[in-house]
Amino acid sequence: MEPATGKIVPNETLLYLDGVSVSFDGFKALNNLSLYVTAGEMRAIIGPNGAGKTTMMDVITGKTRPDTGEVLFRGAIDLTQRDEADIARLGIGRKFQKPTVFEGHTVFENLELALKSPRGIFDTLFAKLKGEQAARIAETLQIIGLAADQGRPAGALSHGQKQWLEIGMLLIQEPDLLLVDEPVAGMTDAETERTAELLRHIAQTRSVVVVEHDMEFVRALGVRVTVLHEGSVLSEGSLDKVQNDQKVIEVYLGR
Amino acid sequence: MEDAPRRTPLFGIPIDGGGWIFLAVVIAVTIAVPVLNLATEPGSAFHVPTYLVPLLGKYLCYALLAVAVDLVWGYCGILSLGHGAFFALGGYAMGMYLMREIGPRGVYGNANLPDFMVFLNWKELPWFWYGFDIFPFAMLMVLLVPGVLALVFGWLAFRSRVTGVYLSIITQALTFALMLAFFRNNMGFGGNNGLTDFKDILGFNLQSDETRAALFIASGIALALGYLVCRYIVTSKLGRVVAAIRDAESRTRFLGYRVEHYKLFVFVVSAVLAGIAGALYVPQVGIINPSEFSPANSIEIVVWVALGGRGTLFGAALGAVLVNYGKSYFTGAFPDLWLFILGGLFIFVTLFMPKGVVGSIREGLAGGRGLISRKRDEAPSPGAFAGSPGE
Repeated sequence: MEPATGKIVPNETLLYLDGVSVSFDGFKALNNLSLYVTAGEMRAIIGPNGAGKTTMMDVITGKTRPDTGEVLFRGAIDLTQRDEADIARLGIGRKFQKPTVFEGHTVFENLELALKSPRGIFDTLFAKLKGEQAARIAETLQIIGLAADQGRPAGALSHGQKQWLEIGMLLIQEPDLLLVDEPVAGMTDAETERTAELLRHIAQTRSVVVVEHDMEFVRALGVRVTVLHEGSVLSEGSLDKVQNDQKVIEVYLGR
Repeated sequence: MEDAPRRTPLFGIPIDGGGWIFLAVVIAVTIAVPVLNLATEPGSAFHVPTYLVPLLGKYLCYALLAVAVDLVWGYCGILSLGHGAFFALGGYAMGMYLMREIGPRGVYGNANLPDFMVFLNWKELPWFWYGFDIFPFAMLMVLLVPGVLALVFGWLAFRSRVTGVYLSIITQALTFALMLAFFRNNMGFGGNNGLTDFKDILGFNLQSDETRAALFIASGIALALGYLVCRYIVTSKLGRVVAAIRDAESRTRFLGYRVEHYKLFVFVVSAVLAGIAGALYVPQVGIINPSEFSPANSIEIVVWVALGGRGTLFGAALGAVLVNYGKSYFTGAFPDLWLFILGGLFIFVTLFMPKGVVGSIREGLAGGRGLISRKRDEAPSPGAFAGSPGE
């Protein structure tokens, strides 16, 4: 249970990043990044373009392997040794910046594919949808407000509806940790408000990390904020606290 | 659901309207052709001439091959330009059995060695020919050889995340390499000439009308069963995962599906079906040689599938029959023009009928009924021609 640094990861820490660095052709996308997310916490990550937000998501979900540093899940699971599918099965869900749903599948089928269930080829080859699973899908359709659209191809949905469907897919996957990349980019105000509500609902039962540019949205979430800059943590605390932090003001307004 | 597609199940497998018509036609042809060949007099208006039976049987084998390619291309977005290799390997496995069946009736009268080995002055049977005199063993090899090759090749390719055009190119290289290898005499498969002069199968004379009718029926049954197997796969949850991989591979991965396992599964199933098609083809045409591995053959299969309609299974079968009927006709009437016609056809279909004949008919029907929302699982995303977009 004890990581190489000798520090003891507290039990309630769900996600633990320590000294993570990633560089692409000499460019340091992440520079000695350390971050902890506790179980049940919702955290907002903000930062200017190129601050390393998406790279951080890639490292956590197994898409990118860090050059150095530790990434631990539930205290003991080393995420740097696992691939995307493995990490998803461990209980880490990811929402992309651009809504990515299966456009040729119906809304119902999208949720069916995401539904927490065995993922092996022979499990799916002979899979029959059970009553409780259908009920779970129906419940999720209610939460994301797409019950009336369940038979439509996901490609026919509006931009906002696709975002909600993707959030619904993550919900039904039942992850312990949800990573959400810019969920309200390109949304109307009403849609943004509804999305904030959805995320707060989700955060009642699991940890959520939201990457966002939109300050109003971050304020609406009302959670602890981490500011990234040039691949490391610049400031951390409530939104008011970081907005008054001199270093943050310099990075955002200076230059 | 507002537009639940009308699908009546068969053995628990949901079959769509076009699928039912397809199965009915295959069964009708499988019964009618042998009956009209054997039970009517040559002068009768209903008589099917004997030369037509193996020709139509060949079309059935091609149709099964097309269905196999559609499974990987239409549903999983893997554009294989090397499926002719699996077809040819199935054919060679059958050909080896047929060679051993000749026994002492060959030109050199050697009971233990096929003619070409005697000609090459070989003294004993190479080890990899052992067992091919036993029919069940040869049939097992028809399934295993293409299946294991697809498993190993696919495992290496999919694990390294080779996709799109790069994957197509290495499948093409695979079949080209096999062609060069099989051309060599010392490979032990008859070199340039391949395997031919077959006499009988399971003791039945291959030249007799009855044997030909039986092979025709076997081909029809194999096509119908192959279709049903593929249809079961594509309508199962696994089929929806596979289509999800085609449309958004990394999303599928982040949902926890091990994409390479799914690709490998459909690739191996497809290769085995192609092998079966090849094994049924060889006794009906009477020869198998390395030209079956030629890259152009594999590309032609893709043309059949594109023309008939990707992602429909029966459309692929229809495309195979249409193109091969055209080939039989044009290579007779205008032998020099055939390749130009084939190339022109491919360009025409790509530009004007991206969903093939079946897709165009469906759109016509849907437009007529004012139902445009029925495209769903049958229609691959338009950009998926050379594999999954967005990667």
